[in-house]
Amino acid sequence: MNWIQQPWPWYVAGPLIALVMILLLMLDKKMGMSSNLRTLCAICGAGKTTSFFRFNWKAQRWNLVVALGMVLGGFIGENLLSEDPTVHIASNAITEDLKEMGFSDVDNAYAPDKLYADNVFNDPIILLILIIGGLLVGFGARYAGGCTSGHAISGLSDLQLPSLIAVIGFFIGGLLMVHLIFPLIF
Amino acid sequence: MRTVIYLGVGILFGIVLFKSEAASWFRIYEMFQFGSFHMYGIIGSAVVIGSVFIQFAKKGKVTSFSGNKINMIPKERGFYRYLLGGIIFGLGWALAGACPGPLFVLAGAGYVPIVIVIIASILGTFLYGLLRDKLPH
Repeated sequence: MNWIQQPWPWYVAGPLIALVMILLLMLDKKMGMSSNLRTLCAICGAGKTTSFFRFNWKAQRWNLVVALGMVLGGFIGENLLSEDPTVHIASNAITEDLKEMGFSDVDNAYAPDKLYADNVFNDPIILLILIIGGLLVGFGARYAGGCTSGHAISGLSDLQLPSLIAVIGFFIGGLLMVHLIFPLIF
Repeated sequence: MRTVIYLGVGILFGIVLFKSEAASWFRIYEMFQFGSFHMYGIIGSAVVIGSVFIQFAKKGKVTSFSGNKINMIPKERGFYRYLLGGIIFGLGWALAGACPGPLFVLAGAGYVPIVIVIIASILGTFLYGLLRDKLPH
């Protein structure tokens, strides 16, 4: 059972993600995590401002339960299923690049301290980076009508052209960020 | 009963995203540097298996647990919303190192600052709702 405590390889994780999508289809539902962000807007009363948030969010409660399960899954993964959650990057060149950019805990952490340590609450620049990152994720996912789960997994599995365009967009955006914008901000 | 099943599916999804390191900022950076096959293997194998299942389901060879036909709702036609929305999403995915699923996973794993990203992503969704009629779709 020792392998469970190690990082799971792609050929275990990919089929299990497919299983999650299939289970939801078998339950007459569709996988899509960013829909929860819209539901949370509706619960917070955003429907008073825009019709986009005036929908029967109670029909989406099942998805919020899935999201709650994911929170629990993250807790279990970190605390019960990982002797050592450290992520090891395969390429030395990438490790060196990250160190030069100030991510000194690369190969020594799951999430970088520079962005996700508790002391970032005292660092306005990092807080701004996290806020901008979140705004882009939320805005972009809804504009594109889905995120990684809805387009890259579910939509591509259904061979949907719009999902392919969206995933190409995800990569254009990600490549721009990492190759052009990171050198300016880190 | 159904609530327990949805909770269980979420727990499975959360554990898989955490243990495969798909919820790690470092892995997302590595993916956009083409530094490892790992993330491509995860998404690729999920899509291959998922598409085989959906082909069977569309031919009516599989019905859902409640006996219904499994319907895949086609995405609305369009180009700009998918490309532009996708680019905006990708910028955020790389910057925060997390897409919506991992946002929840990282919160459970105890990375407190992710709460800032979650709140901002809800605000971003709200902002889209406000600007929707002015955007090309």
